[in-house]
Amino acid sequence: MKKGVTLLDHEMVPKHEILSEDEEKAVLKKYKAFKSQFPKIKCNDPIAREIGAKVGQIIKITRDSKTAGKSVAYRVVIDQ
Amino acid sequence: MIAHPKRIDSIKFGLLSPKEIRKMSVTKIITPDTYDDDGFPIEMGLMDQRLGVIDPGLRCKTCGGRPGECPGHFGHIELVAPVVHVGYARLIRKILRSVCRSCKRVLLEKKDQDHFSAQIKEHQREGQPIDEILKEVFKRAMAVNVCPHCGEEQLKIFFESPTTYEEGEHKLMPADIRARLEQIPDKDLPVIGINPKQVRPEWMILTVLPVPPVTARPSITLESGQRSEDDLTHKLVDIIRINQRFQENREAGAPQLIIEDLWELLQYHVTTYIDNEVSGIPPARHRSGRPLKTLSQRLKGKEGRFRGSLSGKRVNFSARTVISPDPNLSINEVGIPQRIAEEMTITENVTDRNFKAMVELIKRGRNYPSANYVRRLDGKRVKVTSTNFEELAEQLQVGWKIERQLRDGDIVLFNRQPSLHRMSIMAHRVRVMPGKTFRLNPAVCPPYNADFDGDEMNLHVLQNEEARAEARILMDVEENILSPRFGGPVIGGIHDHISGLYLLTRSGTRFDENDVLELLRHSRITDLIEPSFGEGDKPYWSGKDIFSMILPEGFNATFEAEICHNCEVCLKERCEHDAYVVIENGRLLRGTIDERAIGAFKGKIIDRITKEYGPDRARRFIDDATSLAIRAITRLGFSFGIDDEDIPPSAQKQIQASIIATEEQVAQLVDAYDNNELEPLPGRSVEETLELRIMQELGRVRDAAGAIAGEYLGMDNTAVAMALSGARGSMMNLTQMAGCVGQQSVRGARITRGYEGRTLPHFERGDLGAAAHGFVKSSYKKGLSPTEFFFHAIGGREGLVDTAVRTSQSGYFQRRLINALQDIEVKYDGTVRETRGMIVQFEYGEDGVDPSRGDYGKSINIDRIIELATCGDD
Repeated sequence: MKKGVTLLDHEMVPKHEILSEDEEKAVLKKYKAFKSQFPKIKCNDPIAREIGAKVGQIIKITRDSKTAGKSVAYRVVIDQ
Repeated sequence: MIAHPKRIDSIKFGLLSPKEIRKMSVTKIITPDTYDDDGFPIEMGLMDQRLGVIDPGLRCKTCGGRPGECPGHFGHIELVAPVVHVGYARLIRKILRSVCRSCKRVLLEKKDQDHFSAQIKEHQREGQPIDEILKEVFKRAMAVNVCPHCGEEQLKIFFESPTTYEEGEHKLMPADIRARLEQIPDKDLPVIGINPKQVRPEWMILTVLPVPPVTARPSITLESGQRSEDDLTHKLVDIIRINQRFQENREAGAPQLIIEDLWELLQYHVTTYIDNEVSGIPPARHRSGRPLKTLSQRLKGKEGRFRGSLSGKRVNFSARTVISPDPNLSINEVGIPQRIAEEMTITENVTDRNFKAMVELIKRGRNYPSANYVRRLDGKRVKVTSTNFEELAEQLQVGWKIERQLRDGDIVLFNRQPSLHRMSIMAHRVRVMPGKTFRLNPAVCPPYNADFDGDEMNLHVLQNEEARAEARILMDVEENILSPRFGGPVIGGIHDHISGLYLLTRSGTRFDENDVLELLRHSRITDLIEPSFGEGDKPYWSGKDIFSMILPEGFNATFEAEICHNCEVCLKERCEHDAYVVIENGRLLRGTIDERAIGAFKGKIIDRITKEYGPDRARRFIDDATSLAIRAITRLGFSFGIDDEDIPPSAQKQIQASIIATEEQVAQLVDAYDNNELEPLPGRSVEETLELRIMQELGRVRDAAGAIAGEYLGMDNTAVAMALSGARGSMMNLTQMAGCVGQQSVRGARITRGYEGRTLPHFERGDLGAAAHGFVKSSYKKGLSPTEFFFHAIGGREGLVDTAVRTSQSGYFQRRLINALQDIEVKYDGTVRETRGMIVQFEYGEDGVDPSRGDYGKSINIDRIIELATCGDD
């Protein structure tokens, strides 16, 4: 299903990417944390559906930041 | 692996059933007496040894624990007749009124009941409060007169506080009420907010009374050897006595009247046992006449268990007294009265390195500085007295601990409430001095928000080396010069510090060597810089030179002073007002020092020194600057009085004329409005336009009056100097003193409230003029007319109410924020996490910068770095 415009095209929506398994491991190692300790995003969240994220995957969000220019955050996709 | 602490899933609240009370009870209590003639606890009495132990040497008969180990155990009293629990009296009333007197069903149609039940279920599932629904349920059910289930007509139920119920003419005894509540079917309970699996409504009528363990109501032995029982015990004794009498009378077949009296008496005692401040009955009193402190009173209020014992406690090693200023102290010092220093102690281990000093200390006996206690190897604590100190000094050995008195240089925490930010508690060094107040350098007033109109502050003595080290690193005053709120200084010159340095560094000052030495006496300056000018062979220094001597070597800064006129074209170095500050290589070349340079919130120099030379140098600078300022202002002289607002009669006439002209203009506006000639402003009604125009005119005339007055008040006027240099006050204050006070307002509009059509009977109805609506044309110096004074009071009152409301609201808001955020911390990896290790932020503030280590919210100040780098090359 191809759409002309995606949510990611909106200027207020930051960049969302699904992490590969290796990247996931690296991130979890970097923060010495379990997935359960990460912030969450529901799998039926519009942006999660848009990029096709599955439950358990980690989404990397790169936002513009007032203080740091660019800032990176991660979210674990959860059920419901 | 991170251990995940258990989380509380839910908390259930319910009522104790009689069955449960009996189950948790270790003994039935039947005798009102506590101890027998030998002072031994009577069995099945209120001090039964199975209820726990408080006397040392005894063991609990239930658990075998010693005092302190045994938590205590509940007992119970079987009440001869049921009584109402006061805490549920109002709920019982509501239930009685909404339940059928015949079939005991809730007085709701089936479809209503189902509807409400469903709504309650839905809310509970979502964790929403159900209070609103219950309100509606009771409102509906209580309005019903005929039972929809059995057709029985309902009688009105009267309730008299605290525990009397009447149905029609007939009094409802607790037994009747209990019987009625018992018969409410389980299926009707959810709709009135009761979960039948947890609670039955009849449990709100007491048949069994739990007796708290003795550990909850310890008796104390007075010096005379007499025992004094706790208030709760007294109350329980009363309950048991009446209970017994009741039973005897009933068994003897006493008349109904007597039974009822006794029943009421039992109800009274149980009620006051639970809450001794219920309205409608006199509080139970102690023999001495003091009202008893019963269960509710233990929990309620400021001194209650919650606010008094759990949220806040009294602590040891703390002192509190009035504060007063001492500009000769360093900002990281605190002056402590000797009386306090003698009382407060620091525990020090006796080692072979400090042995000699410790012996010397003990040898001083009761002469400060000495020690108050020594702790021997066997752990015994011995007080050092004037009779045993020599002996103790002789016995002293390595491994003992001595509690020595506070002395100069000890590190203590100093605090002023309300502790709104972290600078409200800072670490200071002790300076023991005569007097009875804590002394502090006025430069640290801003972070504490302290003044000396009777403020009191608290002091805490740190008790171990870790605490002292941590305080030194994190809490020292100099570590807190920069605020984490905005990355600028919060400690710096105030009031006279600013006036003093302003007077000193103005152009045209000249001091000879003697003066210079006197001014700089307090600072540790070893060499005077080259004098600016000389007369013959006598050297003279300018105020700017003197100030330069306390600046760090090689310091550079350029900025506009507070007195800057904001001219359209800034002349920079050639500023006519000497408001362009240039400091090069540690020398003040141009400009006047004022609030922008050394002020507590705006001080550029303090900011730069702290960031470039470190907190220690900044502390020294603030110390030097403040003591120099105080010496300068004392030396140069500075006074302020009522005649500083004198302006020549011609100026007064001018002000009068402009006020009269404005009043005429206002009258013209009102005329135009009356004749419907006023053009409304876009988006405004004619009335709003009129008000707006009038306010505008009156605002303008006040400013005009201020400007006229200002012409005659130059920088040589101390009030003007204070206002413009930022020391204290504003030009607006001066305008109001010398020119005209101006329009008084309530909620941003002219004053319109009062009588019908007018604010005061002194005006005609419908008068829209300036004077009738709160314009004060007098100045404070001239004095206000009675009507003006009244309007002024109205405006002033609004200000007071606003501050009161604002502080209470922001206080509560802050409390909620703190409770929500208290467990969140920045971890060493820069992430922000809560107690379970859940990540809140991946990098603190997204950039990982501590604002107090940054520069006004930015992580670095590029301009400043370039400036510093290029300056060196020049």
